[in-house]
Amino acid sequence: MALFRQLWNSQLAALRKLGAVVLFLGEILAQCPAAFTRPRLISAQIHNAGVLSLVIIMTSAFFVGMVIGLQGYDSLARLRQEDILGAGVALTLIKELGPVVTALLFAGRAGTALASEIGLMRATDQLAALEVMAIDPIRRIVAPRFVGGAISVPLLTAVFNAIGILGAWFIGVYIMGVDGGAFWSQMQEYVDPEDIGEGVSKSIVFGIAASLIAVYEGYNCAPTAEGVGMATTRTVVTTSIVVLILDYMITAFLI
Amino acid sequence: MESSRPRELGTGLFVLLGFAALLFLATQTTDLDEYAGDEGYRVTARFEDVAGLKVRSQVTMSGVNIGRVERIEFDNDRLDALVTLRINSQFSRIPDDSDASILTAGLLGSKYVGIGAGGSDSYLKEGSELQITQSAVVLEQLIGKFLFNKAEEGDTGASPSVEE
Repeated sequence: MALFRQLWNSQLAALRKLGAVVLFLGEILAQCPAAFTRPRLISAQIHNAGVLSLVIIMTSAFFVGMVIGLQGYDSLARLRQEDILGAGVALTLIKELGPVVTALLFAGRAGTALASEIGLMRATDQLAALEVMAIDPIRRIVAPRFVGGAISVPLLTAVFNAIGILGAWFIGVYIMGVDGGAFWSQMQEYVDPEDIGEGVSKSIVFGIAASLIAVYEGYNCAPTAEGVGMATTRTVVTTSIVVLILDYMITAFLI
Repeated sequence: MESSRPRELGTGLFVLLGFAALLFLATQTTDLDEYAGDEGYRVTARFEDVAGLKVRSQVTMSGVNIGRVERIEFDNDRLDALVTLRINSQFSRIPDDSDASILTAGLLGSKYVGIGAGGSDSYLKEGSELQITQSAVVLEQLIGKFLFNKAEEGDTGASPSVEE
């Protein structure tokens, strides 16, 4: 009975948290128009979340592309179908790996930075100070960070896909000797504009989810050193799980 | 504010890079130009069986891509398939008695429409119909036929075949 009660309570807590996150999203969205009147704040956040993530995104993308090229070549060579390597790599990256890996890397690189920054503001009473000065911290601090992150992720995903395809091209065509013409023409034959649309819509959803979780955890963290650390950890864990679940659901809808 | 100059430049470059990557994906990985508008002219052809032919399948002549399949419908009155082909306008001198057949790329590859040149002096134009057509070869039927013939060969003399 006690076990049942405990389970029930944890379910209730999860549901309450989901509701709180959605309400928080509503609060942010209500402040977004105001945030857009100060584009400089947003562009600074795009710099923090996007530009500073470029190195990790591009390096990972190149190696992910190379390893898919290598694995794909090895598998396809057993079927004597090396020519469709380009199509396989492009579809894998555009529809699946690009959006997901970018979102996970974004959570690790930028999500943690967002959560700990806002969390530290909370812990050192800077958010309270803003409120005392009659400045809405959601408008001044949270909304620009959320918007900057949500804009950055789709752009980072596009960069990831492009670099990944170049990585696979490098391995497949230069090292493994797949015909370069076949690599590109098979890719153009099999990749439809709808596939790119699927990848882009995924990356938009992931960008919103990852940024929202980061700012929520930071804004609502316990105002202690430990609380900031926990908020950072929870950001990565929650974002990873949510992104993977959303990924399955979007795929099931769009496929 | 002085120190934010390079940061803004970096942000601008990042946004530009993102859109450049998106453009790269949109143009290099897919064949967008074939979706661009509906230039060219449409001709129709009737087939008994279009099994495996899809909208956007290739239309080729001498192995060169000259257009796409635009629509596949079932004609309720004549009980056959009405296929609309969109042929690029630069190929404007195809004789109007040319024939269309549904072919397969490779043994199990995708289906496409192949056009064989006729000898007429007048050319296909918007709305023309290709009169001579050949349907898709369905592999299962082919194998069935082959097995049936084999079985018949094995039976010769022993018992009269069904058709006789």
